[in-house]
Amino acid sequence: MEIYIRSSACISPQKTFTNDDFLNHIVEYTGTRLKAIEPDYKQFIDPKQIRRMSHVIKMGVAAATECLNQANIDMPGAIITGTAFGCMEDTITFLTRVVEQHEELLPPTAFIQSTHNTVAAQIALLLKCHNYNNTFVHKGISFESALFDAMMLLNEQEADNILIGGIEEMVDTSFKVLTRLGLYKRWPVSNLSLLATASKGTIGGEGAAFFLLGTQSSTDNLAALTGLKTLYKPRSVKESITAFLGSYALTIGDIDLVITGKNGDLKNDEVYNMLNGSLFKNTSLANYKHLCGEYPTSSSFALWMAANIIKTGTVPEVVIERDINSSTPKKVLIYNHYQNKYHSLMLVSAI
Amino acid sequence: MSSSIYVAGVGVISAIGNNAAENLASLAMEKAGIGDITLLDTIYREKLPVAEVKLSNDELAAITGLPSNISRTTLLSVAATQEALDDAAIPGFGTLRTGFVSGNSVGGMDKSEDFFVDFLADSNKGKLRNVFDHECGSMTEIVADKLGISDFMTTISTACSSSANAIFYAARLIKNDVLDVVIAGGTDALAKFTLNGFNTLMILDKEFCKPFDEHREGLNLGEGAGYVVLVSEKVKNTLSKQPYCTLSGYKNSNDAYHQTASSPEGTGSYLAMKGALQKSGLTPADIDYINLHGTGTPNNDSAECTAIKRVFHPHYPPMSSTKSYTGHTLGACGGIEAVFSVLAIKNKIIYPNLRFETRIEDMPFEPEKNFLTGQEINHVMSNSFGFGGNCTSLIFSAI
Repeated sequence: MEIYIRSSACISPQKTFTNDDFLNHIVEYTGTRLKAIEPDYKQFIDPKQIRRMSHVIKMGVAAATECLNQANIDMPGAIITGTAFGCMEDTITFLTRVVEQHEELLPPTAFIQSTHNTVAAQIALLLKCHNYNNTFVHKGISFESALFDAMMLLNEQEADNILIGGIEEMVDTSFKVLTRLGLYKRWPVSNLSLLATASKGTIGGEGAAFFLLGTQSSTDNLAALTGLKTLYKPRSVKESITAFLGSYALTIGDIDLVITGKNGDLKNDEVYNMLNGSLFKNTSLANYKHLCGEYPTSSSFALWMAANIIKTGTVPEVVIERDINSSTPKKVLIYNHYQNKYHSLMLVSAI
Repeated sequence: MSSSIYVAGVGVISAIGNNAAENLASLAMEKAGIGDITLLDTIYREKLPVAEVKLSNDELAAITGLPSNISRTTLLSVAATQEALDDAAIPGFGTLRTGFVSGNSVGGMDKSEDFFVDFLADSNKGKLRNVFDHECGSMTEIVADKLGISDFMTTISTACSSSANAIFYAARLIKNDVLDVVIAGGTDALAKFTLNGFNTLMILDKEFCKPFDEHREGLNLGEGAGYVVLVSEKVKNTLSKQPYCTLSGYKNSNDAYHQTASSPEGTGSYLAMKGALQKSGLTPADIDYINLHGTGTPNNDSAECTAIKRVFHPHYPPMSSTKSYTGHTLGACGGIEAVFSVLAIKNKIIYPNLRFETRIEDMPFEPEKNFLTGQEINHVMSNSFGFGGNCTSLIFSAI
């Protein structure tokens, strides 16, 4: 059974939402944190509700709504989200009040909206959608776990037209804590030179990317989602990738473009550099984290990019690392890892 | 795709016992685990009853072989998963495709709370060790490492239905031939965050909770972990003892009514129960016992009542909320109650709904008041409903 990406919508630190050109007008940032460019939410959400919604809920609901609009679908067969940190803003708001007000006279709103399933729930509520609804929260494979659930549901013929998204918000507190944990560079960098400044640390990011997956073929579909595999601390990434491609009767020679998760951190990029000089040696290469920053569900941005590369038949200049034969790619492999523990492979094909 | 999913092992830790045998004994003796707060540092000590696991972090660390300074949520999870895996005693475990799917609601919040006190005073302060494993996924990862599982792991967080959805997802991983064995369920430790959160919603009973009673006034929070070991038909044939039962039905539906409140018609729970029956090919009259979500809040219980009436009328099976023993363990309750459902089949028993006195007005049924033995129990339904309208029903069936 073929699984198709019928539509996609992405809110990110780039102008990826509601404008037609595909990564032509790139936004440069200097610092260590990229913030999502927020659309005019009034077009997607009732203004009365916008005021109550946190950043991640607004991003998620708007991206999900636009994704459904693009596919011209009113009611998805399932709603599935992936997020490692969930609703950080509301969690921190409530936690701060618990501490500062010594557990007294707390308003409930932030707590109510702090659960990790809030975005999927709000989408269901907005659509009055009673169908399957799930939220995965497993660190660097939160989005992939959700995507895998969608693929299984389609395979089981339990649902069609599945709305699935990767979401993450960065708030000041989480940025501060993650900076103290050593994730980010110690001095400001331009995101456009991130991958050229090999040093310790990366830049933080955030975003929401949604996809509508279905099994009906149509020339309107963006691409086919051919395969997905997650790996935990793999012994050999090279062998895992070869085996993954082999399970679809492919070799690396069949792949027109590899999108990797380089993030500018020396240790993080080691495995990509190793592969780029070996398994991927004769393959066109692209990167994406200089555009959206590093976050646990950033692979959803990569999937949005891959689907659009295939649909438009173009690889935007700003993402190319090495161009061998990447004009109108038909088969794109996304290889990402999060902090060297969670690795994921996604295979996206032209329809 | 059509092969059965078998339950080969169970493990549970809750306020009524540190393993399955202890839990069963308390269930039979009608002994609730609810009492004063002794572990959390909160202003609600002696004001709000909770259902604590009766072991300190040091004691849990000693049992599990993990350090005592990690999240209690992780420690509880290791205790229950180790028991489940030992119980299943799967031959050649290391040679099979194994996975771990776990639910929880607030990850390492118990430790993050400590961090946050110092951090709020000075953002360069606070021990990073206490916040490093804040993410829900960290609990699962530490446990999977401890169990030696690396083929597949993930974490689900759909509030109070998290672990029911984990069991659901795990079964499908086997059905789709991705894995042979999956340990699935969930864990949650008491935290100031959740205690205060539920308190702001004014749904905590200041006395022991009275699920499904006309005069119910709210829930008591609890903590614990519960897991089942699910195996494929192929693995089942290699087991040295009979599996407990099958997981024959499951359904996840969304109430799509309100972020925290259930719809008066119980739409989500109705669809979940009906869908699970359909999946298992059973009729309402086939169900021999319902382990209710039954939190004890006026809203949940009335919506669940209405939904049960819509599905089961006029064949009402015995039903009870074991939250009257364990409190509401949030992300763990679907796992703990799955274990209780499995044990009901295995031991031919039905658990009482403690402290039940008055039938809910206009309802043609009421929960079971006595511990029943010698029951012919072929099919048990277990309900878990959560914030965000996430409703899931599971059905376990005798072999």
